[in-house]
Amino acid sequence: MSNVGIVIVSHSPLVAEGTADMVRQMVGDEVPLAWCGGNGHGGLGTSVEAIMNAIDKAWSDAGVAILVDLGGAETNSEMAVEMIGEPRSHRIVVCNAPIVEGAVMAATESSGGASLKEVVATAHELSPS
Amino acid sequence: MAAADFSRLIAAAADTIAAHAEELTALDQAIGDGDHGLNMKRGFEAVRAEADAFSAKPLPEALKAVGTKLVMTVGGASGPLFGTLFMALGKELPAAPDRSGLVAALGKAIEAVAARGKSQPGQKTMLDVLAPVYEALAQGKSASEIADAADKAAEATVPMKALRGRASFLGERSIGHMDAGARSTALLVRAVAETVEGI
Repeated sequence: MSNVGIVIVSHSPLVAEGTADMVRQMVGDEVPLAWCGGNGHGGLGTSVEAIMNAIDKAWSDAGVAILVDLGGAETNSEMAVEMIGEPRSHRIVVCNAPIVEGAVMAATESSGGASLKEVVATAHELSPS
Repeated sequence: MAAADFSRLIAAAADTIAAHAEELTALDQAIGDGDHGLNMKRGFEAVRAEADAFSAKPLPEALKAVGTKLVMTVGGASGPLFGTLFMALGKELPAAPDRSGLVAALGKAIEAVAARGKSQPGQKTMLDVLAPVYEALAQGKSASEIADAADKAAEATVPMKALRGRASFLGERSIGHMDAGARSTALLVRAVAETVEGI
């Protein structure tokens, strides 16, 4: 698929899955989508390994936009991007946007064939600067 | 560094984290999410399990392997932060570093941790221990003086107000508790300093 992929990373698997469900129902199947949540040991948290797997799953040559919730999700996502390494890391962006609204808006933009830059810009418009 | 020496460092680090896991968890329960002790223990036990393989590598590669293992196993935000510290040390250190090489590498590693956590000293984090440790190392202090400086620095996070991480959600209420990440950093510094002194 050539549309930009969307990855949803929450501390809670329920939030991540629910957000992904909203994207699927509101935007459809034209966008590569993956989610992850939880620390891998049954608790709240995020896992670098799970984020790397989600990026692989949602991978698109057009790039991947990641939507995160609280601080650790951002730190772990940035670590995951760094560990995936070049050249793919240049086509992955961790967005500064609210996770639910950001995911739906970014996916909507992506489904119309927008570039990674346009998708990220749409998500960022949701954040007060 | 000889493989046996690196193995000893890993054992000392894993031992001190295991011995203080409950204390670290208690500190984190006061102002964080209460998983720091368990998370760190899981990570350092995972490193201990591969101590032989890691120790057989040249020092820079061994440190990178430790860092990567911590990133993958510690979880929470501590995984990337402690992982970055070791990965950056591995990237910057020569195979047989002298004191000035160590100082330069630690300086770069601290910058990498600060960038990863978007933080700086004074915000009640592990950086509040790493920065004084760097100063003591650069001033040519002995291993035990460096370990004491780390303990003192961890204590000094008690009156600070948290500006990063989960504890920052508490604002003023974070004052009066030691930062768990600062404490675990001081424990690791003492373990390394005391082991290196014996080598």
